[in-house]
Amino acid sequence: MSDTSHTTATAPPALSVTGVSHSFGEKRVLDNVSLDVPRGSFTVLLGLNGAGKSTLFALITRLYDNVSGEIRILGHDVRRAPTLALQRLGVVFQSRTLDTDLTLMQNLRYHAALHGIGAGEARRRCQDALETVALADRAGERVRSLSGGQARRVEIARSLLHRPALLLLDEPTVGLDIGSRESVLSIVRGLVSARGLGVLWATHLIDEIVPTDDIVLLHKGRVLFTGSVPGMLAAAGADDMRQAFRVMTGTNVETEAA
Amino acid sequence: MTTDTVMATRDAPGVADTISRPGLGAYFVCFRGIVWREVLRFLHQRERFLSALVRPLVWLFIFAAGFRQVLGVSIIPPYESYVLYEVFVTPGLVGMIQLFNAMQSSLSMVYDRETGAMRTLLVSPFPRTFLLSSKLIGGVAVSILQVYVFLGIAYFWEIEPPMLGYLTVLPALILSGLMLGSLALFMSSVIRQLENFAGVMNFVIFPMFFASSALYPLWRIRESSPLLYEICRLNPFTHAVELIRFALYGQIDWTSLAIVIGCTVLFLGAAVFAYNPSKGLIARRGGPGGSA
Repeated sequence: MSDTSHTTATAPPALSVTGVSHSFGEKRVLDNVSLDVPRGSFTVLLGLNGAGKSTLFALITRLYDNVSGEIRILGHDVRRAPTLALQRLGVVFQSRTLDTDLTLMQNLRYHAALHGIGAGEARRRCQDALETVALADRAGERVRSLSGGQARRVEIARSLLHRPALLLLDEPTVGLDIGSRESVLSIVRGLVSARGLGVLWATHLIDEIVPTDDIVLLHKGRVLFTGSVPGMLAAAGADDMRQAFRVMTGTNVETEAA
Repeated sequence: MTTDTVMATRDAPGVADTISRPGLGAYFVCFRGIVWREVLRFLHQRERFLSALVRPLVWLFIFAAGFRQVLGVSIIPPYESYVLYEVFVTPGLVGMIQLFNAMQSSLSMVYDRETGAMRTLLVSPFPRTFLLSSKLIGGVAVSILQVYVFLGIAYFWEIEPPMLGYLTVLPALILSGLMLGSLALFMSSVIRQLENFAGVMNFVIFPMFFASSALYPLWRIRESSPLLYEICRLNPFTHAVELIRFALYGQIDWTSLAIVIGCTVLFLGAAVFAYNPSKGLIARRGGPGGSA
């Protein structure tokens, strides 16, 4: 099932995954996965826990290499040209990855250094990034003093420091209260329209999807659908996304109290 | 420096993305950032700083003082006269600081891998070997910081090597730190879970420390057990301690130097292989912090 709703562009998309398969030992966790994330799009990678989302993120970020297929960021092959590919990639991982013993600013400065951004420029960008997530006034505080939602916002700020063209977020709202969830979603959607970022947002929460989003439905390591929300509803003959998910995967999507 | 320009598409037409390979300056910035973070983390963790100091000081003030009369040390190079037992064990305790610091780094890396924090380092666009080496050097810098604080306190306990020794020991500390740090880096890739770290204490740290020349001269060990003597001679930690011991008195133990350099290359090579995204141990089992 496929719906090609995107306009074709001559320049490469922010992310292009083509025919990627991956196994851990005998267990095949990704099977011939293909998807595109164009610039200026908010693409939801929808799948239940264990669908292969985190493995796909690990391959895109080159934590380990894909066994087969090709992954390109802005046209650069992640395996063959990792330096160029990873330079414009921002990531927010599922687990918290801030150093709680350091301050917000120290965490961000460390990340800037990991991208080779010099001290003066780093200071300016860190300040800007913290302002974007409305935490500039807490720059000198240690991360351990932040709430879960605030820490998530710092991670988003951190992922923006090197001005990525592609932003990956792996279940970023898990464990957050409704206010924090809305805040994080609003910040990221704002970045898509303001900066033209390509965003790949992995989630199993249907209620995070809006009609203008692009959808990639991943189930048991296979892509069952790529396209728009209306396209998925039409393909499944469903009235809402929850029903469409059920029709396409044969399972009930997990719900989380909003 | 190569430059590749990609035009943005869709909602942001006409916005140009310039992607350049990082230059030498960017490498330096990255290296400095990683080392600085290691030092900052250490300074922020006061308990770690204190325990790293208290451990060798307890050995020096209590163990060594207690055994001063029991364990005689004859005149052996690099010492030119009889020395107090405290003086003899000091290089061993310096080695112990570096050994424990390396294993602490290993523990911290396993923890970072389990929580996913290791990923922030590994998704940097710089080559992975460079990133891991920088982290390694950061750990060594922290251990050297601890060593000099320890030697400063020990000075007031009549451990008074020649003043120049404080300078000449620095290259030896860097080398021994690199060797032990490389071993720890490799071990961090092998250890699957944090809970397994107790095994590291029992099977790596204690045997390495006790089956070495840190606490007793090798000739004394040979007198009591030729087999143990051979084990001690094969132990890389023995050579790290001897390298430090000689360097503290402005001399070079060439055999130890060669073995320490060789072991560093071997351990670092193994660690780089283990963290290789294509072939390494991490990739085979779905780490770091990876899950389906």
